[in-house]
Amino acid sequence: MTQMNMVQAINDALRFEMQRDDRIVVLGEDVGKVGGVFRVTAGLYDEFGDDRVIDTPLSEGGIIGAAIGMALYGLKPVPEIQFSDFIFPAYDQIVSELAKFRYRSGGEFPCPMVIRTPVGGGIRGGHYHSQSPEAQFIHVAGLKVVCPATPADAKGLLLSALRDPDPVMFFEPKRIYRAAKGEVPEGDYTVPIGKANVARQGEHVTLVTWGAMLYESLDAANKVQAEGVNVEIIDLRTLWPLDIDTVVASVKKTGRVVVVHEAPKTCGLGGEIVALINEKAFLYLEAPPKRVCGFDTPFPYTLENEYLPLSHRIVPALLETARY
Amino acid sequence: MKEAKTALEMYRMMQLIRRFEEEAARAYSLGKIGGFLHLYIGQEAIAVGAAHALEATDSVVTTYRDHGIALARGMTSNAGMAELFGKVTGCSKGLGGSMHFFDKEHRMYGGHGIIGSHLPLAAGIAFASKYTGDGGVTMVFYGDGAASIGATHEGMSLAALWKLPIVFVCENNQYSMGTSLERSISVTDMSTKADAYGMAKDRFVAEDVFEVRDRLKVAIERARRGEGPTLVEILTYRYRGHSMSDPAKYRTKEEVEDHKRRDALNRLRADLDASTDTRAAAEALDASVEAEVAESIRFADASPEPTADLLEATTYVGEFAR
Ligand SMILES: Cc1ncc(C[n+]2csc(CCOP(=O)(O)OP(=O)(O)O)c2C)c(N)n1
Ligand SMILES: [Mg+2]
Repeated sequence: MTQMNMVQAINDALRFEMQRDDRIVVLGEDVGKVGGVFRVTAGLYDEFGDDRVIDTPLSEGGIIGAAIGMALYGLKPVPEIQFSDFIFPAYDQIVSELAKFRYRSGGEFPCPMVIRTPVGGGIRGGHYHSQSPEAQFIHVAGLKVVCPATPADAKGLLLSALRDPDPVMFFEPKRIYRAAKGEVPEGDYTVPIGKANVARQGEHVTLVTWGAMLYESLDAANKVQAEGVNVEIIDLRTLWPLDIDTVVASVKKTGRVVVVHEAPKTCGLGGEIVALINEKAFLYLEAPPKRVCGFDTPFPYTLENEYLPLSHRIVPALLETARY
Repeated sequence: MKEAKTALEMYRMMQLIRRFEEEAARAYSLGKIGGFLHLYIGQEAIAVGAAHALEATDSVVTTYRDHGIALARGMTSNAGMAELFGKVTGCSKGLGGSMHFFDKEHRMYGGHGIIGSHLPLAAGIAFASKYTGDGGVTMVFYGDGAASIGATHEGMSLAALWKLPIVFVCENNQYSMGTSLERSISVTDMSTKADAYGMAKDRFVAEDVFEVRDRLKVAIERARRGEGPTLVEILTYRYRGHSMSDPAKYRTKEEVEDHKRRDALNRLRADLDASTDTRAAAEALDASVEAEVAESIRFADASPEPTADLLEATTYVGEFAR
């Protein structure tokens, strides 16, 4: 075990797998010589060379499109999109080509790749450096979507993603790139895709979240504990395929649920989670499910701490749900 | 000196942009400005030359490196600085910040943060002025890095096909973040992209603000005569990192110093200093710039932040279901 932050853990996973599998190619804007704007790919260019760690022009559609071709021909590309806000010039490639390739070719052409991209707010970045578009990729059948909240999960999920037979969107919560630290197993270590983690045990309210909001949720849970409310927190880790069984088992125990996510509320993943709970555990509910989310507006430059579902917004939702 | 009055006006604006940004950089390091701040320092001659070549009834669209052209078009320092500080008195109500300067009054259709996306919309603006026959010309600025993304070419392709009154200005500062030009594009003469679309083209170095003005004017007049778009590549250099958080280790000190020696602002100032009249006038302008920038900092500091009720009201007109 080594103490690492998220950046180090992701870097460690990339290096480990690149040593093991020479089909892996990393590409993106400033991922090579500079080592990435968040330094996530630091050192890889020197270790693996410019054949395998490629500085691309500013060309998201080109990056993802070319990565698809590489994957079709048997490579394992790991494109980085510098901020998930810049992924939309490549959205056509992802939605029309990548997600549908296996299906479109009758299963003959799988397209395994991992698209890494920083996600979420917390750096006062305004509209184009803060968004959380993960649900927009879940709504496209054919993609797996992952968002780790701890360094160990970041490493373990990335290694699983790199070995997955299908395309994986790997969202990295930039707010906690360096703030989240923890023990990370050395060498080969995987965390299965599709398995949530119960990050805190409790019996009164179930809180479902992922990414950076895990820490705000833990903070809020500690605050309401003082008022006698005991919160169980589920860190989804993989957003799609969703581990609804773990969520439902918890809700059957607590009868109450709050979903917390940064993305706008409307048509966010929280809506889908609540719908599934209604389908699978309706008779166990003792309070209306609640969502604490970003607003249905662009992500603002100021008012970031209002927009984000931080602890100060989670606490009242937990209390209201617990006392309903 | 030729055109002394214009020279002084252009000097004041170039100096204002530089001092505005230097003070913004200081405010950033004090935490008064958050997120990303991309400075235009070194490239001022382009915005100022362009603003002097354009008419007030023409339109401009630019990238996220937008403070220079916004000020040159007439945005007040107060509105700009307040936007950087995220205050409701800013040009975009403090909701956007550095990359999102907009100014309808001065036909400044935005700072744009998604690279390349603003070229097609600039073509649309030019289409609309052709459609309405108002005689307006649109000037759209983009960086060398933007030449590699599809939207840039979609904008050019449409503009050339429709013979729109538009001027594409590629501000080639030779870097796209940490990637140098020759590492990011196969043909580094950006003006040759015009050939692919059958557009007129020009290419020069931004060392003399008068030259910038005059050569852009040629393109603007061509557009105004209905002879279609021009692509003008202007070679320039940013002295600072890509943004405040970029230490710019990918280039040498010598390279930066070499460009600073050919600074267009210093060159203009040296020309003004050559005669005692214009020298005295330039000194007076320096003082007025200092006062204006200091006032903008004070104004931004004192202004209130936007309130949360502005968010939805700015997203849509009217109520919507929830
Ligand atoms: C679609 C998109 N991809 C990536 C980015 C991140 N990014 C911002 S500026 C920049 C470099 C742009 O270089 P250039 O066009 O030369 O303009 P300059 O910064 O030199 O003014 C990059 C990669 C972005 N804003 N939008
Ligand atoms: Mg550039």
